[in-house]
Amino acid sequence: MLKLESKQVNFYYGSSPALKDINLEMESNTVTALIGPSGCGKSTYLRLFNRMNDLIDNTKLTGEVLIDGIDIYKKGINVDTLRKMTGMVFQKPNPFPKSIFENVAYGLRVNGITDKQFIEERVETTIKQVVLWDEVKDKLKKSAFELSGGQQQRLCIARALAIQPSVILMDEPTSALDPISTSKVEELIHELKSKYTIVIVTHNMQQAARVSDHTAFFYLGELVEVGTTKKIFTNPTQEKTQNYITGRFG
Amino acid sequence: MKQVDENKLAKSKKRKQSLAFFMFGFIGFVIVGILLTVLSFIVFKGVSVISWDFITKMPEEGMTRGGIYPAIIGTLCLVGGSMIFAFPIGVMAAIYMNEYVRDGIIKKIIKQMTNNLSGIPSIVFGLFGMALFVNKLGFGDSILAGSLTLGLLALPVVIRTTEEALKGVDDTFRHASLGLGATKWQTTRRVVLPIAFPNIITGLILSVGRVSGETAPILFTVAAYFLPKLPTSIFDQAMALPYHLYVISTSGTNIEESRPIAYGTALVLIIIVLLTNILANFLRKYFGKKVKMN
Repeated sequence: MLKLESKQVNFYYGSSPALKDINLEMESNTVTALIGPSGCGKSTYLRLFNRMNDLIDNTKLTGEVLIDGIDIYKKGINVDTLRKMTGMVFQKPNPFPKSIFENVAYGLRVNGITDKQFIEERVETTIKQVVLWDEVKDKLKKSAFELSGGQQQRLCIARALAIQPSVILMDEPTSALDPISTSKVEELIHELKSKYTIVIVTHNMQQAARVSDHTAFFYLGELVEVGTTKKIFTNPTQEKTQNYITGRFG
Repeated sequence: MKQVDENKLAKSKKRKQSLAFFMFGFIGFVIVGILLTVLSFIVFKGVSVISWDFITKMPEEGMTRGGIYPAIIGTLCLVGGSMIFAFPIGVMAAIYMNEYVRDGIIKKIIKQMTNNLSGIPSIVFGLFGMALFVNKLGFGDSILAGSLTLGLLALPVVIRTTEEALKGVDDTFRHASLGLGATKWQTTRRVVLPIAFPNIITGLILSVGRVSGETAPILFTVAAYFLPKLPTSIFDQAMALPYHLYVISTSGTNIEESRPIAYGTALVLIIIVLLTNILANFLRKYFGKKVKMN
């Protein structure tokens, strides 16, 4: 089923174009990796889907961005409700300066849930979902900063999952992590695929090859090529893609 | 490339380095020296006057004997009153400026205004306070009028320190919160303010230090020349430490006689400012630990 879609999307910071005529479709329960050199527009593209770019002054968007066939930039769309449907994981682990429990409960609380038992159950299942439960179950009241970087990032993923989004947007989620923590997060992405649609921006090409079903290569604001990950990494049709994945530039 | 005498170059670099080091070190010591001289002068002159009676008794015999109790209480009332006024308004203004307004002409204007506000001489605030609060609004010479005037003076300091504190909060926390469907206000209240709180408190207390020593704004709005009783309502006049100091040094009944009391008053004032600074430090560390950042 078609989950995410962009039609003729152009995006500008001030007058300089950051995305040029992007047409892309992403199916439910797949992982799509966005790759490309720094400044190619892949993070900007990712942030279109939860309207995070709205926070930046002086930007302009043309074209359509759709989730479940609905244009999320059309008038009357409630941004807060939209963002509930899309969980986001950031480059650096950024848990709130609150307890481990409260970090995961935060999304529930700001969305008006007050039932204590419900919150407790949801926090537990979500932390179990990211395979962190055994490590933190005895210190849920402790500050999230006492966790290691890798644990913090899994906690941030749990925080995003607690409000049960259908889409997870990941912006270089492992770039600040060591190899072991990275592989744990990658395993997690595999597990989560059955329930969510995942879009991941990554600089690490092996990672794209390992975790994704589809790969989209961006260069200078253009979508150069998109296809199954296998095809992009073994038999790309564009020369630029070939050059990038073989490390000749970027 | 031109040939360089390595030895000579090294020597010259070293000489310049030690000269610069000496200069900065010397200036540093001079500043500390000036501060210590002022402090020790006041302490030396004032410490003999300070006693339990001095800080708990009314002035006596034309302010040449007795204590400064009403001035201490007056100053505390004024500082408290000005903060009740300046803190919420200042913090809200800063939140508005930093969290809500987009970069543009409006923000620039507000910013310029606050900066200008902090550049206005305090005597002008005094005059304004007299015209507005004392006369126009009819509060008379009162703690209310004085507190409001001092509050106006503190406002730019509170706004600026709060803004700096809010700016210090990493945007990724805001994005994470907004990304979970939180509104801007929920994000500000539940994430941004708790993180910024230690620094906001510090700014607040530093402005308390500033306000407690001001004389000009209270001159025409509240300060009593001699009032040997405690205020009973916010519409009462009150004595205040800085003004008391001014009075007994320039226009007391017997200036020579009351000189020691002047030094004692100065010392008490300095101690109050010092204590607020220590308190600021302590609170920042205390709340900073509660909101532990890594």
